[in-house]
This record gives sequence, structure tokens and C-alpha cells, in this order.
Amino acid sequence: MAQRQSFQIGTGLFILLGFAALAYLATQTTSVANFSQGDSYDLKARFTNVGQLKLRAPVKIAGVRIGSVANVVLEPDKLDALVTLSIDKRFSKIPDDSAAAVFTSGLLGDQYVAIQPGGSPDMFKNGDEVILTQSSMQLEELIGKYLVGSGDAAKNAGDKAAGADKDKPPAKP
Amino acid sequence: MSTEPQAPAAGNAPTPNPLIRIRGLSTVLNGKTIFDKVDLDIPRGKITAIMGPSGTGKTTLMRHITGQLAPDAGEVWVDGQNVVKLDRAKLFALREKIGYLFQNSALLTDYSVFENVAFPLRQHLDLPEVLVRNLVLTKLQAVGLRGAAELTPHELSGGMIRRVALARAIVRDPMLIIYDEPFVGLDPIALNQILKLIRVLNDTLGITSILVAHELAAVRLIADSIFLIAGGKIAAHGTPDELARGETPWTKQFFTGAADGPVPFQYPAPDYATQLGLAGAGA
Amino acid sequence: MSTVRKPSYLVDGIAQVGACGLFLLQILAAIPSSLRHIKETIRQVWFVGAMSLTIIMTCGLFVGMVLGLQLYYVLSIFGGTAALGTVVSLSLYRELGPVVTALLFAGRAGTSITAEIGLMRATDQISAMEMMAVDPLAYVVAPRFIAGVIAMPLLACVFNALGIFGAHLVGVSWLGLDNGTFWSNMTSSVDVWKDVINGVWKSVAFGAVCTLIATFQGYTTAPTSEGVAYATTRTVVFSSIATLALDFVMTAFLM
Ligand SMILES: Nc1ncnc2c1ncn2[C@@H]1O[C@H](COP(=O)(O)OP(=O)(O)OP(=O)(O)O)[C@@H](O)[C@H]1O
Ligand SMILES: [Mg+2]
Repeated sequence: MAQRQSFQIGTGLFILLGFAALAYLATQTTSVANFSQGDSYDLKARFTNVGQLKLRAPVKIAGVRIGSVANVVLEPDKLDALVTLSIDKRFSKIPDDSAAAVFTSGLLGDQYVAIQPGGSPDMFKNGDEVILTQSSMQLEELIGKYLVGSGDAAKNAGDKAAGADKDKPPAKP
Repeated sequence: MSTEPQAPAAGNAPTPNPLIRIRGLSTVLNGKTIFDKVDLDIPRGKITAIMGPSGTGKTTLMRHITGQLAPDAGEVWVDGQNVVKLDRAKLFALREKIGYLFQNSALLTDYSVFENVAFPLRQHLDLPEVLVRNLVLTKLQAVGLRGAAELTPHELSGGMIRRVALARAIVRDPMLIIYDEPFVGLDPIALNQILKLIRVLNDTLGITSILVAHELAAVRLIADSIFLIAGGKIAAHGTPDELARGETPWTKQFFTGAADGPVPFQYPAPDYATQLGLAGAGA
Repeated sequence: MSTVRKPSYLVDGIAQVGACGLFLLQILAAIPSSLRHIKETIRQVWFVGAMSLTIIMTCGLFVGMVLGLQLYYVLSIFGGTAALGTVVSLSLYRELGPVVTALLFAGRAGTSITAEIGLMRATDQISAMEMMAVDPLAYVVAPRFIAGVIAMPLLACVFNALGIFGAHLVGVSWLGLDNGTFWSNMTSSVDVWKDVINGVWKSVAFGAVCTLIATFQGYTTAPTSEGVAYATTRTVVFSSIATLALDFVMTAFLM
């Protein structure tokens, strides 16, 4: 009897261990982990081109994750991308003249939104818009710039880097 | 479905309402004819012994009776049902009423002696543990192995294994118990106890017993009648005393153990001298 | 002469697959009655699952460490070592976890299932059960089948977790990758449903296939010592082939 009891307990432990491993994989190593970040507030930012920026892509300051991309939509009238950034409540002291940029991690890695803190004494509040933005660098354009070296391509890339020129329609990749 | 034939088996004394009625049973295994149109009745409430030379098909007959093997032709009626035509569910229902002692015991090697004997109980009846315990220990006591309940089969001797298998066969007090060579490996004391047990079970519970055995002396003590099977036929049938008189060549040879007679000692084989390559050498 | 039926591996193979398929139907039909033997199923989860933990955990750890080393090297060529966590976890969840677990399972649990059932067949224990009106499919085969289907995905999850741990050990603790980068890259590109859960479905399928093959080989083995030996070998060979073939099909259609 005692022996039968022991393997039943062992089986139970095994099944628990298996499900614990599954729960760990599902919640701690996947994008689900990003949802569990507790309270957050939203910021908005406009970009002429967001490149391959995806939902739930990280938002970082100084390389440290502070939130994620909650939404990416095209504004019908202005024809640029309106990105909603969901920022963790813990990071509520971000100066309201900070700039946002779409960067690529590594040469071919995923894209993320980097925020460069400004110097203003006032802080962002929920729903504020980040005015200073810098769009995604398109690899094709950079290649075009360096390979062809034509003024047109250089100007184009330069315009991109300059950021908020809202008259140009975003060049969708 | 056809109905059970009522005519008595040819050459038998009429047996009213037998438990087992076999008609026209024919079996060929591996090209060897094991049974050739055998008719056989086994009466209720009696101990019927099946004897015959080794390899004649006694175990095969038991496998037909329990539906483990389908014959090539013929009918096998057990308790009013033709087992040849039964579906699996009905066959299993019938088998629940049959206790079977395998010739090679076939104990479940992963289970203790106790669990082996308890197995049929646990599988089919939802008995309280106390009752299972009492039933199992009673049967183990009857075969003299109550003390070995917690051992596993590989810790037992050959004779002990036979007795555990016997206890398992009888644990549910079935209506029919088939003993395939129960006396193998038993010492004279155990043999006597098992003989008594078989007789007592048969009489007190009113069950039917089929006893496959070679030990004529032991069989004579308890069997009510004996079938002698040889050469695919029923060579003789009668009470132990009738057969022991050795009136036919079959019984005479079988019960005196002579090498010469109608029963060949050798399994069918090509000529001995030819096979050894001596056929031409002597000429 | 040429019209005489030649033994054909193709025909024999197809016949085997057909018999195996019928056997699966028989097992599925026996599952309802095997629920009566729930204790036996629990016992089998212990034997095929819990007893395989050691080998699964050890191999998971080493596979993760090797992946960490190799992929770190490959990624460093492109300057993309930040993606180490992502690449390791994706290759583990989608491919290596389910497949390697299934191969190890076939070697560890599959062979023991085949040998056990084969020996029961050879020593007439299967016939004895049938004589006691116990359906061996419901009592012996179905519990092992269910146990395999339950245990395989759990083992694969444990394998994956240990693999991630091993890769983290190598990448972060030894090669000096940043801990935050490792995790944040992984968490932003691994999807629960597309990667983790699809991998789990894969291993459920592998569990069914591997235990089906193991029980089939054991159940239909020739009742001799050589028969059991051959059946055990066939279990490993066929399980491995079936796992990899099924993996391709499932990857093509599922992911
Ligand atoms: N599965 C089988 N396939 C082919 N032939 C078989 C098979 N089982 C038994 N036989 C043959 O059937 C014959 C009868 O076998 P069986 O086991 O019924 O003999 P038996 O009368 O019980 O002998 P014993 O007294 O030695 O137990 C034997 O000649 C045997 O070779
Ligand atoms: Mg026999």
C-alpha cells in the first residue's frame, strides 16, 4: 500500500513539474511576459516611417526596456504612422521634450522605439504626444545612398534622418 | 443462431444436459491433424479427466472450450452457448465463470502472489479491500501458501508457482474449473492436499471440473470419468476403474506405459536411419 | 516463375502501417473501458514519464548549452548576439524540444514498453488476462498509450526549460551576453500560440505515434526471445523515422 501511494505522489509531482515548465515557458519567455508589466500609461508619437516596427516591440531608454508598442495605425488625413507607446508607471519621470526614434537592434535585428530624454522640468502625462521623432532607417535606402552615391538618394536619406517632415507620404516598405 | 444439439455423443452413455457439448470438432495446426470430428460431452457437477499422450491436443481442446482458439470445423457448446460463434463481450462474460489453470501457470510477473490471486477479483468486482484480503488469503491457505503472499513469482519454486496459479483459478468460485496439469512439480504431500482440494471444491460448490493430467494413480482417486484422447480421436471413455482394466489396446498401452502399441512415442518424423544418413551404408 | 509472389518490402511495409492503423482504432475503442484501470494509467505515467525525467533533463541542459555556444558563434559573425535568446528559444520550442524528446522517449520508454508487452505475450500473460476476461488492450495497451500522450508534451516542456537554462548559462554567465538583452529579445519575439503551444501539439502527436509503435511492436511480437529483441529494435527505428517524417508534415502545415 505504501509503495502504491509513493508512485502516485511521484506521478503527481511529475505532472506538476511538467505543467510548471509549460507555464514558465509560456509566461516568462514569450511576449506574454510583456503584458504582465502592471500599470502603464500611454504616449503617442508620429513617424513618417516605422519600418518593421511590430506590436509589442520594446520601448527603451538607454537600452533598458520601459514599455512596449501598443498600437500602430496610419492616420488617414496626414498619412503618417501614429504609434501608441505603453510605458510602465514606474517610469513616470520622462521629460516632455524627450525624442522618440525607431531603431534596429543589431544590423538585422528587430526594431524598437528608443526614447532620448530631454531636459524639460515638465514630465509626460498619460495621452501626451512625443513631438520630436525620428523615423526608421531603411536598409534599402542606406544601401542606395552608399552604393549609388547619387544626390537624390542622399537627400532622401537625409530627409528621413531629419525626421518630422510630415508633408511626404511614408514610403511603405 | 443454431440451437444446441440434444443427441448424445455417439458411443457415449447418454449424458442429460451436459455443461460442455462438443460436436464434429476438427482442428489442423501446422498441417498436423489434432482433432478429427471429435464428439464429447462433459457432465455438470463431475470431475472429468482428459488423458492422452503428450502432444495429442489436450491443451488445444481446453483452448477450444474457452474460445482462445477457433476450430476449423465443429461446434463447442458451453453452458448453452456456442463459443465458436460468440462475440468478444459474450465470450468474456462466459470466461468470467470459468477458472483456468494454465499449463505454464502464466502468472503476472510484475505482481506479488497476493495481487496475482486478487487480480480476477479486482478486475471484475468492486469488493471492499477487507473482503478481497479475506478471499485471497483463504485461497492461499487452501494451497498452503498464505505465508508467501508478499513474494513475487520469481521468488517461488516451480511447485509453488503451480499452486499460486491454482489459487488464482479458483478464487472466484467459478462454475467450471479447468486444471491443465495441476500436479506437475508437486511433492507427495502437496499432491494429496491439491487432490483433496479439487474434490472438495467440486463437491461443496457443485462446480464442474476438467482435469488434464498424466498421473493415473492420482486421477483414479478423484475423477468420475476419464476421456482418453489419442490420434485425434477419443480412444476410450469410462470410469477410472473401467479404463484401468486395459481392455482395449489404447488403454492397455497407455496405462502400462509400453513403448509399443497404437500410440507412437515418436512425434511424426521421417525414417530414423534415413535421417541419420545410415540408409545406404548398411546395404 | 516471375508471377510467383516475391517478398516485397514495400507491400510488407504498407501492410505493417495498415495493421498499425487498425491497432490504433482498437486502442481508441478500448480507452473508455481502460478508464476503469485509472490506477494502471497513473502507474504508467510514472514509468514512461517520471522515470524518463533524468535523461530528458540532462539532454535538455546539454542541448541548450551547445545551442548557446554554436549560435553565439554564428550570430557573432553578423554582430547579432543579442538575438541569442530568441534563436535558442525558437529552435527549441518549434523543433528541437519536441523532436529530441521524442527520440529520447523512443529509446528510453518506447523500448521498455515493447519489451514489457512482448515478454507478457511470450510468457502467456496476455492470454491469461484474456482468460480472466480482462481485455489486454484496455488493461495493458491503452494505459501505456494514454500515459505516452500525456507524458511526452510534459517532458518536452521540461526539456525546453532546461535548454533555455543551459543557453542562458553559456550565453550570459560564460560568454558575457547582457542578461536583459537575452530575455527582452526573447520575450519580444517568441509567441505563446505560434511557438510554444504549437510545439506542445507536436509533442502530443509524437507521444501518440511513439507509444502506438511501441505498443504495436510489443503486442504483435513473435513470442520468442529473438522476437522480443527484434521488436525492441524496430520500435526505436520506426519511432525515429515516424517522428521525423511527422515533424516535417506538421511543420509544413501547422507553423
Ligand atoms: N500454436 C501452435 N501452432 C502450431 N501447432 C501447435 C500450436 N500449439 C500446439 N500445436 C501442436 O498441437 C499439438 C497438440 O498440442 P497440445 O499443447 O494441445 O498438446 P497436449 O496434449 O496438451 O500435450 P502435453 O501433454 O505435452 O501438454 C502438438 O503437436 C503441437 O505441436
Ligand atoms: Mg498440454
